[in-house]
Amino acid sequence: MIDHVTAGYGPVVALADVSLTVRAGALLAVIGPNGAGKSTLLKLIAGLLKPDSGAITVLGAAPGVQAHAVAYVPQAEAVDWDFPVTVGEVAMMGRYARLGFGRWPGRRDHEIVDAALAKVGMAGQVDRQVGALSGGQRRRVFLAKAIAAEPELYLLDEPVTGVDATTQEELMDVLEAEARAGKTVIASTHDLMNAAQRFHEVAFVNGRIVATGPASLVLDRDLLSDTYGGHVLVLPGDTDHLFLDDAHHHDQAPGGEPHFHEGGR
Amino acid sequence: MDVVGFVADPLAYTFMQRGLVAAILIGIVCAVMGTFVVLKGLAFIGDAVSHAAFPGLVIAFMLGWPLYLGGAIASVGTALAIGFVSRRGRLRFDTTVGVLFAGTFALGILLFSTIKNYVADLLGYLLGNVLGIGIGDLVQVAVLGAVVLVIVIAIRKELLYATFDPLGAAASGLPVAGLEYLLLALLGVTIVVSIQAVGIVMVVAMLVTPAATAQLLVVRFERLMILAAALATVAAVSGLYISFYANLASGASIVLIETLFFLVALVLGPRTGLLSNRAARRVAAAEAH
Repeated sequence: MIDHVTAGYGPVVALADVSLTVRAGALLAVIGPNGAGKSTLLKLIAGLLKPDSGAITVLGAAPGVQAHAVAYVPQAEAVDWDFPVTVGEVAMMGRYARLGFGRWPGRRDHEIVDAALAKVGMAGQVDRQVGALSGGQRRRVFLAKAIAAEPELYLLDEPVTGVDATTQEELMDVLEAEARAGKTVIASTHDLMNAAQRFHEVAFVNGRIVATGPASLVLDRDLLSDTYGGHVLVLPGDTDHLFLDDAHHHDQAPGGEPHFHEGGR
Repeated sequence: MDVVGFVADPLAYTFMQRGLVAAILIGIVCAVMGTFVVLKGLAFIGDAVSHAAFPGLVIAFMLGWPLYLGGAIASVGTALAIGFVSRRGRLRFDTTVGVLFAGTFALGILLFSTIKNYVADLLGYLLGNVLGIGIGDLVQVAVLGAVVLVIVIAIRKELLYATFDPLGAAASGLPVAGLEYLLLALLGVTIVVSIQAVGIVMVVAMLVTPAATAQLLVVRFERLMILAAALATVAAVSGLYISFYANLASGASIVLIETLFFLVALVLGPRTGLLSNRAARRVAAAEAH
């Protein structure tokens, strides 16, 4: 899928000589510290960013060619939440590319959007403005927009970051169901325990692909320290608890106090 | 004076008939375009583009071209240049716009100062005078305004998606960059058409104020567009009547009515209103229980 790709922004190289193959029906977590190139990887696959070198194949074609079959959900910070749109309007945007210019949503589109909103537990909130929603509800609505696009490939940038534990579990249930239905799901996440427990595969990223494999790899402390640069503490005999030394702000010098990571934040 | 007379008497004058038609058309086109200007944060660009039209108008005058043509070339060109710089540039965006804004306007003033005779036509473009609009200009306003409206309304769902979630829209296959350039070009046309009515200095108010007011009142995109257009229409009509009876500048009257609407919405509106915030908090507290 991705073959020896190097990409970046201006003079900054975000990913160097990256190769990655994702099978159809995969539920893949892309993990790594801030600035590791997780978002860059997703944007490359989405066709939002052109690689400086190397080749990418998405659903059998160059990125962007199969755009209608790809649903990309940006990080929550990339969206202006004061925007005057309702939950129903946002979910319907998922249909726009399939509809095409000059064609307007019909009954079938409304049925698909209603079903997508029901899947993510937002059925009763169609007329609420997105700005009035909680962080978790916003992620639910954006996932509904992605589902409404009826994609083959989901590209989700931090879909469960900053949401409560219930929302995280429910969103992961939805993604798992999509993967079981043969859709491919690639999601970046900060949350190592989430990656280990709810995803099927992981890719460790830090300017390069450090490793790929089954989700249980997350518990490999050598790989973790390779990816996170040694700021990981694993308590002996306690594989459920990982301590990351300030992985969220890894670009700066590690803060004094390590903080605890587990489901949500 | 009776009410019928109050409304009907000014309509006996051709200048008032033309002015009303032009002000309503311009108000609606500006309000619809303004919806995107407000949502994309293009207000400053709108101001820059309208000032950039001035050198175009002056050069067209010096060459003996139709003034509209010069203004259109300058403003659409500047709008597209700003779009290009914003996609490629290394500087902060508002810095670049600020430089272009002042530079182009200075060029217009410089060229203007080289013209020997007093040119009322050109000065009129600075402050605008919708009551002085000729039949030829009115036809131009109507045709160009209709073109802008038809295009924007036809692609409003794509513009909405590209504005709200540009990355998601681009990944789904919408030509987001193309839509942005198209929107900027339409903004340039809108501004040139509107300069006649309210002048270079106040065009940005016609673009921004009705949509900003509507944003305080409604939360659905299409209602926002319709309400902005309705507010602009009411402001255009009432502004011109005030201008007629009180003998005040027409463009300034329209803009001040729009500003008044904004202030009223700001104080009383359901979303930001000083009066309703307390009520909204009570509702939110009740929902939380």
